[in-house]
Amino acid sequence: MAAAGIKDATAVVGIGQTAFARHLPEDERTLACRAVLAALDDAGIAPGEVDALASYTMEETDEVELAKAVGFGDLTWFGRIGYGGGGSCATVAQLAAAIASGQASVGVAWRSRKRGSGARPWTDTVRQLPTPAQWTRPFGLLRPVDEIAMLTRRYLHEYGATRDHLFNVALACRNRANQNPDAMMYDRPLTREMYMTSRWISEPLCLFDNCLETDGALACVVVGAERARDCRRRPVLIHAAAQGLPAQHHGMVNYWNDDPLTGPAWAAARHLWKHADLTPEDVDVAQIYDAFTALVPLSLEGYGFCGRGEGGAFTEQGALETGGRLPLNTGGGGLSEAYVHGFNLITEGVKQLRGTSTAQVPGATTCLVTAGEGVPTSALLLRAGD
Amino acid sequence: MLTPVVDPDGAPFWEHARAGRLHIQACADCGTFRFPPRPCCPHCQSFGQEWRRVSGHGRIWSYVVPHPPLLPDYAAQAPYNVIVVELDDAPRVRLVGNLVTEAGARLDSVPPEQIRIGARVRVVFDGTGLPQWVRERP
Repeated sequence: MAAAGIKDATAVVGIGQTAFARHLPEDERTLACRAVLAALDDAGIAPGEVDALASYTMEETDEVELAKAVGFGDLTWFGRIGYGGGGSCATVAQLAAAIASGQASVGVAWRSRKRGSGARPWTDTVRQLPTPAQWTRPFGLLRPVDEIAMLTRRYLHEYGATRDHLFNVALACRNRANQNPDAMMYDRPLTREMYMTSRWISEPLCLFDNCLETDGALACVVVGAERARDCRRRPVLIHAAAQGLPAQHHGMVNYWNDDPLTGPAWAAARHLWKHADLTPEDVDVAQIYDAFTALVPLSLEGYGFCGRGEGGAFTEQGALETGGRLPLNTGGGGLSEAYVHGFNLITEGVKQLRGTSTAQVPGATTCLVTAGEGVPTSALLLRAGD
Repeated sequence: MLTPVVDPDGAPFWEHARAGRLHIQACADCGTFRFPPRPCCPHCQSFGQEWRRVSGHGRIWSYVVPHPPLLPDYAAQAPYNVIVVELDDAPRVRLVGNLVTEAGARLDSVPPEQIRIGARVRVVFDGTGLPQWVRERP
Protein backbone atom coordinates (compact mmCIF):
# COMPACT_ATOMS: atom_id res chain seq x y z
CA MET A 1 0.00 0.00 0.00
CA ALA A 2 2.83 2.38 0.78
CA ALA A 3 3.97 2.61 -2.83
CA ALA A 4 0.50 3.65 -3.93
CA GLY A 5 0.68 6.93 -2.02
CA ILE A 6 -2.56 8.20 -0.54
CA LYS A 7 -4.97 6.73 -3.09
CA ASP A 8 -7.86 5.17 -1.13
CA ALA A 9 -5.51 4.63 1.81
CA THR A 10 -7.54 6.78 4.19
CA ALA A 11 -11.17 7.68 4.73
CA VAL A 12 -13.36 10.31 6.31
CA VAL A 13 -15.30 8.45 8.99
CA GLY A 14 -16.85 11.23 11.04
CA ILE A 15 -18.32 14.66 10.41
CA GLY A 16 -19.74 17.20 12.83
CA GLN A 17 -21.04 20.74 12.82
CA THR A 18 -22.67 23.37 14.97
CA ALA A 19 -25.67 25.42 13.96
CA PHE A 20 -25.02 28.06 11.29
CA ALA A 21 -26.27 31.58 11.99
CA ARG A 22 -25.43 35.23 11.57
CA HIS A 23 -24.81 35.28 15.31
CA LEU A 24 -24.11 32.43 17.71
CA PRO A 25 -23.59 33.30 21.39
CA GLU A 26 -20.68 30.92 22.00
CA ASP A 27 -17.08 31.80 21.19
CA GLU A 28 -15.01 30.19 18.43
CA ARG A 29 -13.19 27.84 20.81
CA THR A 30 -16.42 26.48 22.23
CA LEU A 31 -17.89 26.05 18.76
CA ALA A 32 -14.74 24.22 17.65
CA CYS A 33 -14.99 21.82 20.61
CA ARG A 34 -18.63 21.09 19.84
CA ALA A 35 -17.98 20.37 16.15
CA VAL A 36 -14.95 18.18 16.89
CA LEU A 37 -16.76 16.15 19.55
CA ALA A 38 -19.74 15.71 17.23
CA ALA A 39 -17.45 14.42 14.47
CA LEU A 40 -15.69 11.97 16.81
CA ASP A 41 -19.03 10.73 18.11
CA ASP A 42 -20.22 10.30 14.51
CA ALA A 43 -17.14 8.14 13.88
CA GLY A 44 -17.39 6.27 17.17
CA ILE A 45 -13.82 7.18 18.10
CA ALA A 46 -12.75 8.38 21.56
CA PRO A 47 -11.06 11.80 21.78
CA GLY A 48 -8.04 10.19 23.46
CA GLU A 49 -7.23 8.35 20.23
CA VAL A 50 -6.72 11.52 18.19
CA ASP A 51 -3.04 12.06 17.34
CA ALA A 52 -3.17 14.45 14.35
CA LEU A 53 -4.75 17.85 13.76
CA ALA A 54 -5.04 20.11 10.75
CA SER A 55 -6.70 23.47 10.31
CA TYR A 56 -6.32 26.86 8.65
CA THR A 57 -3.90 29.69 9.43
CA MET A 58 -6.73 32.15 10.14
CA GLU A 59 -8.21 29.79 12.77
CA GLU A 60 -8.59 31.38 16.20
CA THR A 61 -8.74 28.07 18.08
CA ASP A 62 -5.23 26.71 18.39
CA GLU A 63 -4.14 23.10 18.71
CA VAL A 64 -3.11 23.42 22.35
CA GLU A 65 -6.46 24.81 23.43
CA LEU A 66 -8.46 22.30 21.42
CA ALA A 67 -6.39 19.32 22.62
CA LYS A 68 -6.68 20.38 26.25
CA ALA A 69 -10.40 21.05 26.13
CA VAL A 70 -11.50 18.00 24.18
CA GLY A 71 -9.06 15.53 25.73
CA PHE A 72 -6.88 14.40 22.85
CA GLY A 73 -4.01 11.98 23.37
CA ASP A 74 -0.41 12.76 22.46
CA LEU A 75 -0.37 14.58 19.13
CA THR A 76 2.33 13.53 16.67
CA TRP A 77 1.21 15.62 13.69
CA PHE A 78 -0.33 19.09 13.48
CA GLY A 79 -0.29 21.73 10.83
CA ARG A 80 -2.09 24.69 9.39
CA ILE A 81 -2.79 25.58 5.81
CA GLY A 82 -2.56 29.14 4.58
CA TYR A 83 -4.49 31.36 2.18
CA GLY A 84 -7.93 31.43 3.77
CA GLY A 85 -10.52 29.43 1.89
CA GLY A 86 -7.84 27.84 -0.27
CA GLY A 87 -6.85 25.67 2.66
CA SER A 88 -10.07 23.75 3.28
CA CYS A 89 -9.43 20.54 1.36
CA ALA A 90 -5.74 20.62 2.22
CA THR A 91 -6.54 20.10 5.91
CA VAL A 92 -8.02 16.71 5.08
CA ALA A 93 -5.34 16.05 2.46
CA GLN A 94 -2.54 16.62 4.97
CA LEU A 95 -4.18 14.31 7.50
CA ALA A 96 -4.48 11.70 4.76
CA ALA A 97 -0.77 12.07 4.02
CA ALA A 98 0.13 11.83 7.70
CA ILE A 99 -1.93 8.69 8.19
CA ALA A 100 -0.98 7.02 4.90
CA SER A 101 2.70 7.53 5.73
CA GLY A 102 2.32 6.12 9.23
CA GLN A 103 2.98 9.31 11.15
CA ALA A 104 -0.46 9.37 12.76
CA SER A 105 -3.52 7.18 13.03
CA VAL A 106 -6.54 9.36 13.85
CA GLY A 107 -6.71 12.87 12.44
CA VAL A 108 -9.15 15.69 13.03
CA ALA A 109 -9.57 18.69 10.73
CA TRP A 110 -11.73 21.60 11.80
CA ARG A 111 -12.76 25.16 11.13
CA SER A 112 -14.46 27.46 13.60
CA ARG A 113 -15.35 30.99 12.67
CA LYS A 114 -17.42 33.94 13.77
CA ARG A 115 -17.50 35.77 10.48
CA GLY A 116 -21.20 36.58 10.83
CA SER A 117 -20.93 38.55 14.07
CA GLY A 118 -17.17 39.13 14.20
CA ALA A 119 -14.78 41.42 12.37
CA ARG A 120 -14.07 41.24 8.66
CA PRO A 121 -10.34 41.13 7.97
CA TRP A 122 -10.50 43.71 5.17
CA THR A 123 -11.79 46.44 7.51
CA ASP A 124 -8.43 46.54 9.28
CA THR A 125 -6.73 49.78 8.30
CA VAL A 126 -3.89 49.68 10.81
CA ARG A 127 -2.29 46.28 10.61
CA GLN A 128 -0.15 45.67 7.54
CA LEU A 129 -1.83 43.22 5.21
CA PRO A 130 0.22 40.79 3.12
CA THR A 131 2.62 42.10 0.49
CA PRO A 132 0.21 42.97 -2.37
CA ALA A 133 -1.64 45.50 -0.21
CA GLN A 134 0.61 48.43 -1.16
CA TRP A 135 -0.23 47.84 -4.84
CA THR A 136 -3.99 47.60 -4.37
CA ARG A 137 -5.48 49.04 -1.18
CA PRO A 138 -4.53 52.73 -1.62
CA PHE A 139 -6.50 52.69 -4.89
CA GLY A 140 -9.64 51.44 -3.17
CA LEU A 141 -9.34 47.77 -4.12
CA LEU A 142 -10.16 46.96 -0.53
CA ARG A 143 -12.10 43.72 -0.17
CA PRO A 144 -11.88 40.20 -1.55
CA VAL A 145 -15.03 40.93 -3.57
CA ASP A 146 -13.29 43.84 -5.31
CA GLU A 147 -10.33 41.66 -6.19
CA ILE A 148 -12.49 38.87 -7.61
CA ALA A 149 -14.82 41.33 -9.38
CA MET A 150 -11.77 42.57 -11.32
CA LEU A 151 -11.11 39.02 -12.59
CA THR A 152 -14.83 38.51 -13.21
CA ARG A 153 -15.10 41.60 -15.43
CA ARG A 154 -12.18 40.38 -17.52
CA TYR A 155 -13.66 36.86 -17.65
CA LEU A 156 -17.04 38.13 -18.87
CA HIS A 157 -15.30 40.36 -21.43
CA GLU A 158 -12.97 37.68 -22.73
CA TYR A 159 -15.42 34.81 -23.10
CA GLY A 160 -18.83 36.42 -23.52
CA ALA A 161 -20.12 34.96 -20.27
CA THR A 162 -23.01 36.89 -18.74
CA ARG A 163 -24.60 37.77 -15.42
CA ASP A 164 -27.20 35.12 -16.20
CA HIS A 165 -24.44 32.53 -15.96
CA LEU A 166 -23.48 33.85 -12.53
CA PHE A 167 -27.15 33.78 -11.56
CA ASN A 168 -27.32 30.10 -12.57
CA VAL A 169 -24.66 29.41 -9.95
CA ALA A 170 -26.38 31.44 -7.24
CA LEU A 171 -29.72 29.81 -8.03
CA ALA A 172 -28.41 26.24 -7.92
CA CYS A 173 -26.89 26.86 -4.50
CA ARG A 174 -30.04 28.56 -3.22
CA ASN A 175 -32.30 25.81 -4.52
CA ARG A 176 -30.27 23.21 -2.63
CA ALA A 177 -30.25 25.35 0.51
CA ASN A 178 -34.04 25.48 0.28
CA GLN A 179 -33.93 21.68 0.78
CA ASN A 180 -31.50 21.83 3.71
CA PRO A 181 -33.02 22.78 7.09
CA ASP A 182 -29.53 23.52 8.48
CA ALA A 183 -28.84 26.11 5.76
CA MET A 184 -29.02 29.80 6.63
CA MET A 185 -31.09 30.41 3.49
CA TYR A 186 -33.38 27.38 3.97
CA ASP A 187 -36.61 29.39 3.83
CA ARG A 188 -35.42 32.10 1.43
CA PRO A 189 -36.00 31.25 -2.25
CA LEU A 190 -34.16 33.26 -4.92
CA THR A 191 -35.58 34.50 -8.22
CA ARG A 192 -33.92 35.93 -11.29
CA GLU A 193 -35.66 39.24 -10.65
CA MET A 194 -34.28 39.40 -7.11
CA TYR A 195 -30.82 38.72 -8.47
CA MET A 196 -30.95 41.22 -11.33
CA THR A 197 -32.35 44.03 -9.18
CA SER A 198 -30.23 43.46 -6.07
CA ARG A 199 -27.70 46.03 -4.96
CA TRP A 200 -24.16 46.03 -6.28
CA ILE A 201 -21.33 45.12 -3.97
CA SER A 202 -18.55 45.56 -6.52
CA GLU A 203 -19.75 45.76 -10.13
CA PRO A 204 -20.03 43.33 -11.89
CA LEU A 205 -20.75 41.37 -8.68
CA CYS A 206 -24.05 41.96 -6.86
CA LEU A 207 -25.31 40.94 -3.43
CA PHE A 208 -26.26 37.41 -4.52
CA ASP A 209 -22.83 36.79 -6.07
CA ASN A 210 -21.37 36.92 -2.56
CA CYS A 211 -21.18 34.23 0.09
CA LEU A 212 -22.94 34.51 3.43
CA GLU A 213 -21.46 35.84 6.65
CA THR A 214 -21.69 33.00 9.14
CA ASP A 215 -20.92 31.98 12.71
CA GLY A 216 -20.30 28.24 12.95
CA ALA A 217 -17.84 25.38 13.16
CA LEU A 218 -17.33 22.06 11.41
CA ALA A 219 -14.97 19.12 11.76
CA CYS A 220 -14.18 15.78 10.23
CA VAL A 221 -12.26 12.69 11.30
CA VAL A 222 -9.80 10.84 9.06
CA VAL A 223 -8.39 7.34 9.69
CA GLY A 224 -6.72 4.61 7.64
CA ALA A 225 -8.95 2.62 5.30
CA GLU A 226 -8.59 -0.57 7.38
CA ARG A 227 -9.64 1.13 10.57
CA ALA A 228 -12.48 2.87 8.73
CA ARG A 229 -14.31 -0.42 8.27
CA ASP A 230 -14.81 -0.62 12.05
CA CYS A 231 -16.29 2.86 12.40
CA ARG A 232 -19.97 3.68 12.82
CA ARG A 233 -20.66 5.06 9.36
CA ARG A 234 -19.96 4.04 5.82
CA PRO A 235 -16.40 5.25 5.12
CA VAL A 236 -15.80 7.87 2.46
CA LEU A 237 -12.44 7.14 0.85
CA ILE A 238 -10.01 9.92 0.02
CA HIS A 239 -9.23 8.80 -3.49
CA ALA A 240 -7.00 11.71 -4.49
CA ALA A 241 -5.98 15.06 -3.08
CA ALA A 242 -3.97 18.02 -4.28
CA GLN A 243 -2.85 21.51 -3.46
CA GLY A 244 -2.22 24.12 -6.15
CA LEU A 245 -0.04 27.22 -6.16
CA PRO A 246 0.76 27.92 -9.81
CA ALA A 247 3.96 29.53 -11.06
CA GLN A 248 4.00 33.31 -10.71
CA HIS A 249 0.72 33.30 -8.79
CA HIS A 250 0.08 36.23 -6.48
CA GLY A 251 -2.60 35.82 -3.83
CA MET A 252 -6.13 36.81 -4.72
CA VAL A 253 -4.98 39.65 -6.99
CA ASN A 254 -3.54 37.34 -9.59
CA TYR A 255 -3.55 39.93 -12.36
CA TRP A 256 0.21 39.66 -12.35
CA ASN A 257 0.39 36.25 -14.00
CA ASP A 258 0.99 35.74 -17.68
CA ASP A 259 -2.49 34.22 -17.79
CA PRO A 260 -4.64 35.48 -14.90
CA LEU A 261 -7.75 33.55 -15.93
CA THR A 262 -6.08 30.19 -15.31
CA GLY A 263 -5.65 30.16 -11.57
CA PRO A 264 -4.74 27.68 -8.86
CA ALA A 265 -7.58 25.32 -9.82
CA TRP A 266 -5.67 24.40 -12.95
CA ALA A 267 -2.53 23.56 -10.96
CA ALA A 268 -4.43 21.52 -8.36
CA ALA A 269 -6.45 19.73 -11.05
CA ARG A 270 -3.39 18.56 -12.98
CA HIS A 271 -2.08 16.80 -9.88
CA LEU A 272 -5.47 15.54 -8.75
CA TRP A 273 -6.40 13.79 -11.99
CA LYS A 274 -2.88 12.47 -12.50
CA HIS A 275 -3.17 10.54 -9.24
CA ALA A 276 -6.76 9.40 -9.69
CA ASP A 277 -8.33 6.40 -11.38
CA LEU A 278 -11.23 8.69 -12.27
CA THR A 279 -11.78 11.51 -14.77
CA PRO A 280 -14.08 14.55 -14.59
CA GLU A 281 -16.71 12.51 -16.45
CA ASP A 282 -16.83 10.05 -13.55
CA VAL A 283 -17.77 12.72 -11.00
CA ASP A 284 -21.38 12.30 -9.85
CA VAL A 285 -21.67 15.44 -7.73
CA ALA A 286 -19.38 18.40 -7.01
CA GLN A 287 -18.88 20.81 -4.14
CA ILE A 288 -17.12 23.79 -5.75
CA TYR A 289 -15.86 26.63 -3.56
CA ASP A 290 -18.25 29.52 -4.00
CA ALA A 291 -17.22 32.54 -1.95
CA PHE A 292 -18.21 34.35 -5.15
CA THR A 293 -20.31 32.95 -8.02
CA ALA A 294 -17.61 33.72 -10.57
CA LEU A 295 -15.26 31.21 -8.93
CA VAL A 296 -17.52 28.40 -10.13
CA PRO A 297 -17.18 28.81 -13.93
CA LEU A 298 -13.45 29.36 -13.44
CA SER A 299 -13.25 26.15 -11.38
CA LEU A 300 -15.38 24.16 -13.83
CA GLU A 301 -12.78 25.02 -16.47
CA GLY A 302 -9.83 24.45 -14.16
CA TYR A 303 -10.97 21.00 -13.04
CA GLY A 304 -11.72 19.94 -16.60
CA PHE A 305 -15.52 19.74 -16.67
CA CYS A 306 -15.48 21.93 -19.76
CA GLY A 307 -13.02 23.73 -21.99
CA ARG A 308 -11.38 27.09 -21.42
CA GLY A 309 -13.92 29.90 -21.61
CA GLU A 310 -16.86 27.47 -21.53
CA GLY A 311 -17.56 27.70 -17.79
CA GLY A 312 -20.39 30.18 -18.22
CA ALA A 313 -22.15 28.17 -20.91
CA PHE A 314 -21.70 25.01 -18.82
CA THR A 315 -24.11 26.42 -16.23
CA GLU A 316 -26.97 26.62 -18.75
CA GLN A 317 -30.00 24.29 -18.97
CA GLY A 318 -29.97 23.37 -15.31
CA ALA A 319 -26.58 21.66 -15.50
CA LEU A 320 -25.80 22.50 -11.87
CA GLU A 321 -29.23 21.54 -10.51
CA THR A 322 -30.36 18.16 -9.21
CA GLY A 323 -30.60 15.83 -12.20
CA GLY A 324 -28.32 18.09 -14.25
CA ARG A 325 -24.96 17.28 -15.77
CA LEU A 326 -23.10 18.16 -12.54
CA PRO A 327 -25.23 18.73 -9.41
CA LEU A 328 -23.40 21.41 -7.45
CA ASN A 329 -23.07 22.46 -3.81
CA THR A 330 -25.89 20.26 -2.69
CA GLY A 331 -26.07 21.61 0.85
CA GLY A 332 -26.33 25.18 -0.44
CA GLY A 333 -22.61 25.98 -0.48
CA GLY A 334 -20.99 29.14 0.81
CA LEU A 335 -23.55 31.19 -1.07
CA SER A 336 -26.60 29.77 0.70
CA GLU A 337 -25.81 27.19 3.41
CA ALA A 338 -22.98 28.77 5.41
CA TYR A 339 -19.65 30.44 4.74
CA VAL A 340 -17.16 28.71 6.98
CA HIS A 341 -14.21 28.92 4.62
CA GLY A 342 -15.56 26.03 2.58
CA PHE A 343 -15.47 23.35 5.25
CA ASN A 344 -19.20 22.69 4.78
CA LEU A 345 -18.40 21.64 1.20
CA ILE A 346 -16.24 18.81 2.57
CA THR A 347 -18.87 17.57 5.01
CA GLU A 348 -21.55 17.83 2.30
CA GLY A 349 -19.39 15.72 0.01
CA VAL A 350 -19.21 13.10 2.76
CA LYS A 351 -23.00 13.22 3.23
CA GLN A 352 -23.55 12.65 -0.50
CA LEU A 353 -21.36 9.55 -0.50
CA ARG A 354 -23.07 8.24 2.61
CA GLY A 355 -26.41 8.79 0.90
CA THR A 356 -27.61 11.21 3.57
CA SER A 357 -27.66 14.60 1.82
CA THR A 358 -30.85 16.65 1.95
CA ALA A 359 -30.46 16.93 -1.83
CA GLN A 360 -29.18 13.43 -2.42
CA VAL A 361 -27.94 12.59 -5.90
CA PRO A 362 -29.24 9.05 -6.43
CA GLY A 363 -26.44 6.49 -6.42
CA ALA A 364 -23.65 9.06 -6.08
CA THR A 365 -20.33 7.29 -5.58
CA THR A 366 -17.83 10.03 -6.46
CA CYS A 367 -17.60 13.65 -5.38
CA LEU A 368 -15.12 16.42 -6.16
CA VAL A 369 -14.65 18.97 -3.39
CA THR A 370 -12.62 22.11 -4.05
CA ALA A 371 -11.19 24.92 -1.97
CA GLY A 372 -11.04 28.61 -2.83
CA GLU A 373 -10.09 29.50 -6.40
CA GLY A 374 -8.07 32.67 -6.88
CA VAL A 375 -5.89 31.88 -3.87
CA PRO A 376 -3.46 28.96 -3.42
CA THR A 377 -5.97 26.15 -3.30
CA SER A 378 -6.64 22.46 -2.69
CA ALA A 379 -9.06 19.74 -3.74
CA LEU A 380 -10.28 16.31 -2.73
CA LEU A 381 -11.68 13.54 -4.85
CA LEU A 382 -13.88 11.42 -2.59
CA ARG A 383 -15.25 7.97 -3.31
CA ALA A 384 -17.86 5.91 -1.48
CA GLY A 385 -16.28 3.07 0.48
CA ASP A 386 -17.69 -0.42 0.97
CA MET B 1 -7.34 57.34 2.61
CA LEU B 2 -4.96 54.41 2.86
CA THR B 3 -1.39 55.21 1.94
CA PRO B 4 0.98 52.55 0.60
CA VAL B 5 2.65 50.57 3.37
CA VAL B 6 5.97 50.24 1.63
CA ASP B 7 8.38 47.31 1.88
CA PRO B 8 12.07 47.43 0.86
CA ASP B 9 11.37 45.81 -2.50
CA GLY B 10 8.65 48.32 -3.35
CA ALA B 11 10.28 51.49 -1.98
CA PRO B 12 11.97 52.61 -5.24
CA PHE B 13 8.64 52.48 -7.09
CA TRP B 14 7.11 54.92 -4.61
CA GLU B 15 10.20 57.16 -4.53
CA HIS B 16 10.01 57.53 -8.29
CA ALA B 17 6.24 58.06 -8.13
CA ARG B 18 6.68 60.93 -5.65
CA ALA B 19 8.97 62.53 -8.24
CA GLY B 20 6.27 62.08 -10.90
CA ARG B 21 7.92 59.20 -12.74
CA LEU B 22 6.70 55.68 -13.42
CA HIS B 23 9.54 53.21 -12.97
CA ILE B 24 9.26 49.42 -13.02
CA GLN B 25 11.74 46.96 -11.58
CA ALA B 26 13.71 44.99 -14.17
CA CYS B 27 16.45 42.38 -14.06
CA ALA B 28 19.91 43.93 -14.46
CA ASP B 29 21.10 40.78 -16.21
CA CYS B 30 18.35 39.43 -18.50
CA GLY B 31 16.36 42.68 -18.63
CA THR B 32 12.97 41.15 -17.86
CA PHE B 33 10.45 43.44 -16.15
CA ARG B 34 8.90 42.10 -12.98
CA PHE B 35 5.97 43.29 -10.90
CA PRO B 36 5.38 43.39 -8.00
CA PRO B 37 9.03 44.05 -7.12
CA ARG B 38 10.97 41.22 -5.50
CA PRO B 39 14.54 40.33 -4.55
CA CYS B 40 15.52 38.26 -7.56
CA CYS B 41 14.57 37.51 -11.15
CA PRO B 42 12.22 34.53 -11.60
CA HIS B 43 13.56 33.99 -15.14
CA CYS B 44 17.33 33.96 -14.58
CA GLN B 45 17.59 34.03 -10.75
CA SER B 46 19.88 37.06 -10.84
CA PHE B 47 19.83 39.37 -7.82
CA GLY B 48 20.86 42.30 -10.01
CA GLN B 49 18.08 44.82 -10.44
CA GLU B 50 17.46 48.17 -12.03
CA TRP B 51 14.50 50.53 -12.12
CA ARG B 52 13.58 51.37 -15.67
CA ARG B 53 11.41 54.31 -16.66
CA VAL B 54 8.37 53.34 -18.75
CA SER B 55 6.31 55.55 -21.02
CA GLY B 56 3.27 55.52 -18.76
CA HIS B 57 0.95 54.56 -21.61
CA GLY B 58 -1.26 51.52 -21.48
CA ARG B 59 -4.71 49.99 -21.85
CA ILE B 60 -7.42 49.14 -19.38
CA TRP B 61 -7.31 45.37 -18.77
CA SER B 62 -10.27 45.28 -16.40
CA TYR B 63 -12.14 47.46 -13.92
CA VAL B 64 -14.55 47.27 -11.00
CA VAL B 65 -16.95 49.69 -9.39
CA PRO B 66 -17.00 49.16 -5.61
CA HIS B 67 -20.07 50.13 -3.61
CA PRO B 68 -20.37 50.43 0.20
CA PRO B 69 -19.81 48.95 2.73
CA LEU B 70 -16.29 50.32 2.35
CA LEU B 71 -13.77 52.08 4.57
CA PRO B 72 -15.17 55.57 5.34
CA ASP B 73 -12.80 57.62 3.14
CA TYR B 74 -13.59 55.39 0.19
CA ALA B 75 -17.32 55.15 0.91
CA ALA B 76 -17.40 58.96 0.66
CA GLN B 77 -16.35 58.68 -3.00
CA ALA B 78 -18.28 55.52 -3.89
CA PRO B 79 -19.28 54.23 -6.30
CA TYR B 80 -15.85 54.83 -7.81
CA ASN B 81 -13.69 52.88 -10.21
CA VAL B 82 -10.60 50.77 -9.78
CA ILE B 83 -8.86 49.77 -13.00
CA VAL B 84 -6.04 47.44 -13.95
CA VAL B 85 -3.75 48.87 -16.62
CA GLU B 86 -1.60 46.78 -18.92
CA LEU B 87 1.50 48.80 -19.78
CA ASP B 88 2.50 49.33 -23.42
CA ASP B 89 6.18 48.90 -22.54
CA ALA B 90 5.66 45.77 -20.45
CA PRO B 91 2.39 44.00 -21.31
CA ARG B 92 2.69 41.51 -18.46
CA VAL B 93 3.02 44.30 -15.92
CA ARG B 94 -0.47 45.24 -14.82
CA LEU B 95 -0.91 48.10 -12.38
CA VAL B 96 -3.94 48.66 -10.18
CA GLY B 97 -5.07 52.30 -10.20
CA ASN B 98 -7.96 54.69 -10.72
CA LEU B 99 -9.26 56.35 -13.88
CA VAL B 100 -9.74 60.05 -13.16
CA THR B 101 -10.47 63.21 -15.18
CA GLU B 102 -7.22 64.88 -14.18
CA ALA B 103 -4.37 64.46 -11.70
CA GLY B 104 -5.66 64.63 -8.16
CA ALA B 105 -9.34 64.27 -9.15
CA ARG B 106 -11.78 62.21 -7.08
CA LEU B 107 -11.99 58.45 -7.58
CA ASP B 108 -15.54 58.89 -8.94
CA SER B 109 -14.69 61.69 -11.37
CA VAL B 110 -15.17 59.47 -14.45
CA PRO B 111 -18.67 57.95 -14.78
CA PRO B 112 -18.45 54.13 -14.82
CA GLU B 113 -20.41 53.90 -18.08
CA GLN B 114 -17.56 55.74 -19.81
CA ILE B 115 -15.01 53.08 -18.87
CA ARG B 116 -14.26 50.22 -21.21
CA ILE B 117 -11.74 47.41 -21.39
CA GLY B 118 -9.08 48.18 -23.97
CA ALA B 119 -9.32 51.96 -23.64
CA ARG B 120 -5.98 53.78 -23.90
CA VAL B 121 -4.80 55.57 -20.77
CA ARG B 122 -1.72 57.44 -19.55
CA VAL B 123 -0.30 57.92 -16.12
CA VAL B 124 -0.51 61.11 -14.04
CA PHE B 125 0.39 61.60 -10.38
CA ASP B 126 -1.73 63.06 -7.62
CA GLY B 127 -0.32 65.39 -4.96
CA THR B 128 0.74 62.53 -2.71
CA GLY B 129 2.73 60.63 -5.32
CA LEU B 130 0.06 58.06 -6.11
CA PRO B 131 -0.09 57.14 -9.80
CA GLN B 132 -3.48 57.76 -11.41
CA TRP B 133 -4.70 57.29 -14.98
CA VAL B 134 -6.43 59.56 -17.46
CA ARG B 135 -7.95 58.66 -20.82
CA GLU B 136 -5.85 59.50 -23.85
CA ARG B 137 -9.05 60.53 -25.68
CA PRO B 138 -11.52 61.82 -23.10
